[in-house]
Amino acid sequence: MEAMCAAAAAASEAGSPWFFNPCLVLSEAPRWVEGVWITLHLTALALVFGFVLALPMACARAARAPVVDTLVRGYVYVFRGSPLLVQLFLIYYGLAQFGFVRDSLLWPVLRDAWWCCLIAFTLNSAAYQTEILRGALVATAKGDREACAALGMSPWLAARRVLIPGALRRALPQLGNETVFMLHGSAIASLVTIQDILGVGRLVNGRYYVVYEGLLTAAALYMALTWLVVWGVARLERRYLRHLAR
Amino acid sequence: MTGVSTAMARTPIAAAALVAAFALPAAAQDLRICVEGAYPPFSQVSDAGELEGFDIDIAKALCAEMGASCEMVQTEWDAIIPTLEEGKCDAILASMSITEERKQRIDFTGKYYQTAASFVAPEGFDAEITDAGLAGKTVCVQRGSIHQAFIEGEFPSASLVLYPTQDEVYLDLTSGRCDAAMQDSIAAQDGFLNTPAGEGFAFVGPAYSVPRYHGEGAGIGVRKSDTELRDRLSAAILAIRESGVYKEINDAYFPFDVYDG
Repeated sequence: MEAMCAAAAAASEAGSPWFFNPCLVLSEAPRWVEGVWITLHLTALALVFGFVLALPMACARAARAPVVDTLVRGYVYVFRGSPLLVQLFLIYYGLAQFGFVRDSLLWPVLRDAWWCCLIAFTLNSAAYQTEILRGALVATAKGDREACAALGMSPWLAARRVLIPGALRRALPQLGNETVFMLHGSAIASLVTIQDILGVGRLVNGRYYVVYEGLLTAAALYMALTWLVVWGVARLERRYLRHLAR
Repeated sequence: MTGVSTAMARTPIAAAALVAAFALPAAAQDLRICVEGAYPPFSQVSDAGELEGFDIDIAKALCAEMGASCEMVQTEWDAIIPTLEEGKCDAILASMSITEERKQRIDFTGKYYQTAASFVAPEGFDAEITDAGLAGKTVCVQRGSIHQAFIEGEFPSASLVLYPTQDEVYLDLTSGRCDAAMQDSIAAQDGFLNTPAGEGFAFVGPAYSVPRYHGEGAGIGVRKSDTELRDRLSAAILAIRESGVYKEINDAYFPFDVYDG
């Protein structure tokens, strides 16, 4: 290990900026581990909270609930209508400019970059998931609804036992997609001081004046996590979409 | 490739125009200078979208002195050394302190100014400026700066938060997310404390100038192979010091000579 680092330092001294020095990456190993944890933690929480918000909104949209439908439509439009980065900056730097926000009870939460990221990511993901789930609900076969009615199920019971479970199955591939998008989208947390995977990559780059070491390592870690997500979604699909398997 | 050469053979005029179009930038601009543009008053983007500041004026004066035509390349701070090494610019003129660590990667001219570094905090900040006194306090710095290394080395108990630009450090100083910020004293004075945003903030503690962290002043960075350019720039710095051009620029920004700090 030490011999390898010495050789790497010598090659770098010889002046090749293209050289990839693994020692610079390994020297920050604990930070990388923490970065992976922060990325995973943020992404997972944003997706779960986003789902919790999205499900009732999707039901309201699919059922064309008066007023609520319009409100949800507006919400989805706003959060899908602008880049996630803009939303994060507005929450992190934008809100902090107002004295009344800094004096409010919310400030201990909004003061923290981690919470700002979680809020931005959750609200954004909720908008996308609402549309995914609405589409899946609307695509419910007419026969399913008729069967529920014929059995005398109340609308609530039908939704709980038939319509929502069916929609979730249909939505699975798209929810997997949203998971991957959120995972990669979470990289912008590094722009508001969070030491996530990309944040550690840029720290390494900044500390040793390099480019590839930090960015390639970050890319490799994101790819590994993406692979995990794809693998997990494929397993779920095998279980819940068995009737579609060939 | 064959397709291109046939086309060239068939239309020699178009081919010549094409060559001229690509050759033009290289001929018209023999020096590209990496600057940052987010570090007032040394380097910032004006309301009209133009680069301006002490660094920019010095760059223009040096180019005039050397008879070179220059192009400013605005570059992210934490990628500025790799950008130089990859040949996307030929010199870094971005208030970069000459430190041992950086000298392992690039060469520097002699200094073109030298200043100290200080903490800035809200008025009434009463923590003692020692490692123990700053324990648990949020200290904000620009990522990849000498100030990051200084805080990591001398105040390891402080909770260090890193920002892409110094402007964002000031933003979070005013929002109250940072208990204190560490940066160049003059940049803080003119870029923050003297502006409306800096009201209610002040320097705390001493002005630091520790060679191990803060280097030997700010110099112009060039690739290690470019010794000739380095020497031309070093000579040009001394020449504008001599001719009074430096003083003219200096006085437009500072009430004292920043060359000696």
